[in-house]
Amino acid sequence: MHERKLGEVVLRVEGISLSFGAMRVLNNISFDVRQGEIRSIIGPNGAGKSSMLNVINGVYHPQQGTITYRGVTRDQMKVHHAAAQGIARTFQNIALFKGMSTLDNIMTGRNLKIKSNMLQQAIYWGKAQKEEIEHRKKVEEIIDFLEIQAIRKTPVGKLPYGMQKRVELGRALAAEPELLLLDEPMAGMNVEEKEDMCRFVLDINDEFGTTIVLIEHDMGVVMDLSDRVVVLDYGLQLADGPPDEVRANQAVIDAYLGVSN
Amino acid sequence: MSSSPDQRKASGTAELNTFPKLLQHHARVRGNKVAMREKDLGIWQAWSWQQVLDEVRALACGLAALGFKSGDKLAIIGDNRPALYMSMAAAQCLGGIPVPLYQDSVTKEMAFVLDNADVHYAIVEDQEQVDKLLEIREENRSIRHILYDDPRGMRHYDFPFLDSIENARKQGREYDKAHPGFFDEKADSVRGEDIAIMLYTSGTTGNPKGVVLTYDNVIITARNGIIREGLTENEEVLAYLPMAWVGDNLFSYAQSYVAGFTVNCPESGATILTDLREIGPTYYFAPPRVYENMLTQVMIRMEDASKIKQRLFHYFMALAKRVGTRILDGKDVSLSEKLLYQLGNFLVFGPLRDVLGLNRIRLAYTAGEAIGPEIFDFYRSLGINIKQLYGQTEGMVFICVQPDGEVYADTVGTPAIDVEVKIDDNGEVLYRGPGVFHSYYKNPESTAKTKTEDGWVYTGDAGFFAENGHLKIIDRAKDVGKLQDGTMFAPKYIENKLKFFSFIKEAVAFGDQRENTCIFINIDLDAVGNWAERRNLAYSGYIDLASQDEVYDLVQECVDKVNEDLSQDPLLSNSQIRRFLVLHKELDADDGELTRTRKVRRSFIAERYAPLVEALYSDVPECHIETQVKFEDGRTGMLSADVKIREARQFTPMAKAS
Repeated sequence: MHERKLGEVVLRVEGISLSFGAMRVLNNISFDVRQGEIRSIIGPNGAGKSSMLNVINGVYHPQQGTITYRGVTRDQMKVHHAAAQGIARTFQNIALFKGMSTLDNIMTGRNLKIKSNMLQQAIYWGKAQKEEIEHRKKVEEIIDFLEIQAIRKTPVGKLPYGMQKRVELGRALAAEPELLLLDEPMAGMNVEEKEDMCRFVLDINDEFGTTIVLIEHDMGVVMDLSDRVVVLDYGLQLADGPPDEVRANQAVIDAYLGVSN
Repeated sequence: MSSSPDQRKASGTAELNTFPKLLQHHARVRGNKVAMREKDLGIWQAWSWQQVLDEVRALACGLAALGFKSGDKLAIIGDNRPALYMSMAAAQCLGGIPVPLYQDSVTKEMAFVLDNADVHYAIVEDQEQVDKLLEIREENRSIRHILYDDPRGMRHYDFPFLDSIENARKQGREYDKAHPGFFDEKADSVRGEDIAIMLYTSGTTGNPKGVVLTYDNVIITARNGIIREGLTENEEVLAYLPMAWVGDNLFSYAQSYVAGFTVNCPESGATILTDLREIGPTYYFAPPRVYENMLTQVMIRMEDASKIKQRLFHYFMALAKRVGTRILDGKDVSLSEKLLYQLGNFLVFGPLRDVLGLNRIRLAYTAGEAIGPEIFDFYRSLGINIKQLYGQTEGMVFICVQPDGEVYADTVGTPAIDVEVKIDDNGEVLYRGPGVFHSYYKNPESTAKTKTEDGWVYTGDAGFFAENGHLKIIDRAKDVGKLQDGTMFAPKYIENKLKFFSFIKEAVAFGDQRENTCIFINIDLDAVGNWAERRNLAYSGYIDLASQDEVYDLVQECVDKVNEDLSQDPLLSNSQIRRFLVLHKELDADDGELTRTRKVRRSFIAERYAPLVEALYSDVPECHIETQVKFEDGRTGMLSADVKIREARQFTPMAKAS
């Protein structure tokens, strides 16, 4: 593997705390993400990993702390800000349009890039036509990249789970994101599907230079892919650092293996 | 249509005897006609003959700039891509020799071929293949240059000997400018007797052998095939079988260059069926298993169709079975049935052919192994002209082909144009003709063993000419034995006949040096289980099911039918099955009874079940046997059973009265 160069900090979260009523989900979390890196968030069930992603792309609004994305500091992110500024994500529970084809699902990822209005699109003429062809080309490039040509026209609901995950990744890529948030992209996959997905994550990072924040349970995957790892447990930040360092951290070992009191 | 192949030959263009000359000819005569297509980014991209020539010319000059010379070998590795077919032509335009390799071979196999063929240059599809070559190159430095088609993932590969085809073409265009006349002179200097290509045969035993074929071998054979079948420049083929296989080289390259028809490359291995339907080829080749899979798909989908559709389907398929093949062969059929068939064509056959992507087929070939008569007749009764051919790499494919109107499921037809076929005293098939290979590369001993001085080639297959003059292939020559009375005993032939019945999964025939033929049978648990359920036959597992009298009755029907078939064959009628048994356990590769590719290991089985074989050749009705078996978790256990033995019905040989 070649030498990896990590760039400037693109995203920094500082002192994030999030509660739902009396329930504290995130407690004073701070970390940063650098340009071009693969950053993982790990932790046991209920640690607050998905909540953390939801804070980053503006679905949840934290009570305390700040989010700095590309030099702009905010108390909270708004969903449309996140999307407009190049943050895309996939979900732990697949959120695709089951009745639509792979192609159409990925096309929805182009939504924010479409400039022509509904009327122009309806009559499919002039600018709208040209635009549609461009978007279709981009979508086809993604289909080619993810090697899903064979299911281009298949309704997504008919696809096996692993393939649906790949289509969801395709839709996120269609937005040409600068920061890609992946919520357990390999959950429920067999070994072969996992290997494929790992390769795609690495290729996305390598070919497009996309910065990736990844939540994953499979430790092998995390340690292989990540440049740096944040560890959460019950809303608390246990550790932050390169995989080897995190692996050796006693607090992390205790959280994962349990500790006798 | 500008000219039929015959006219072209007659009009004095017969000196179009090399691929470089053919390519230039097509660019001149039909420059704007589509020569190749590839589906990329969801769209069929096309190359005209002129564009193919331009790209080939650029790449050839690019190769020359890298030092590629006449006589050099160019390895070509990857899926069917226009860029790789054009690489083949580029090498040939320089007097070089393309050596296509199987893209899924592991590095060790590739290393052998690359070394054996003295390859210094390689053009490959993508990163996967580049990685293999880099690994090989660590031990064997003989590869001097590697070009790749798909740049994905190659960003961090920084080697002086590695570049993209794109860049090579760019440099080639400059080289072409700096050396005007170079390309034309090179391309014109290639002669018919020069070596066109080297194809490695997989070789079931030992290392693969490089079959050296000349332009005359390839082009004359390709042209003869075109003349015999009346193919034109308007054919469409789908190139989806490995480029290293002789058939692909003939159908998707040589014949396209001779006739000027269009070759289509699928988007990926997984999209072939979709691409097949989009292209609707007119000329098609597939091994039997492809036709078999398609048929299974149709049947599964019909199960889920509505009742009305099912009834329509079954009604018209029964009609097709009665008259379809007769209509295709141009034989007499009553007017009412003809009209009914037309209706069926409109309602069922046409739509079905369309779904399969076979609606425009004028000619489909199958070869490689025996095809089940049911499968064969299914397609033919739909009006799809599937024919069998018999061929070999050593003969540039065509040895025998079935003529139109004389198509039978169990023969491979009559000798191809200019090809002579004879059977030697041991029953082995020999042939001689324009396609007979030059030699095995650097292997004069094997060449001498396979090819006689006056050009006859031993096929290694045993066969005979049936009464209608068609060649019948029965088995590998080394597997064929003799019964004690001297009758030819062809175990695989008999086993295959049995295996065509869906109830029979495996069969093992014994008879060499014995007085008659006896058989072990494995039933197909799914098919027979299903059959049993529909009859409310209770069973607890394979052993139980296999020993039931009803199942024996079922198997007996199959065996009797095979005997009836055999009795019609004067040469084989004495090898009718005398006694058979249904084996108490499924033959398994884990127990060493099958090879990993599921071929029965006859002698091993005979030894392992010696008491059963003995019982078959006695007159006992039942035999007790204990067998050690290996379970999937690695433990071993004993299996004991009482196996029943039945007599098969004997048919008197067809009277020679006719």
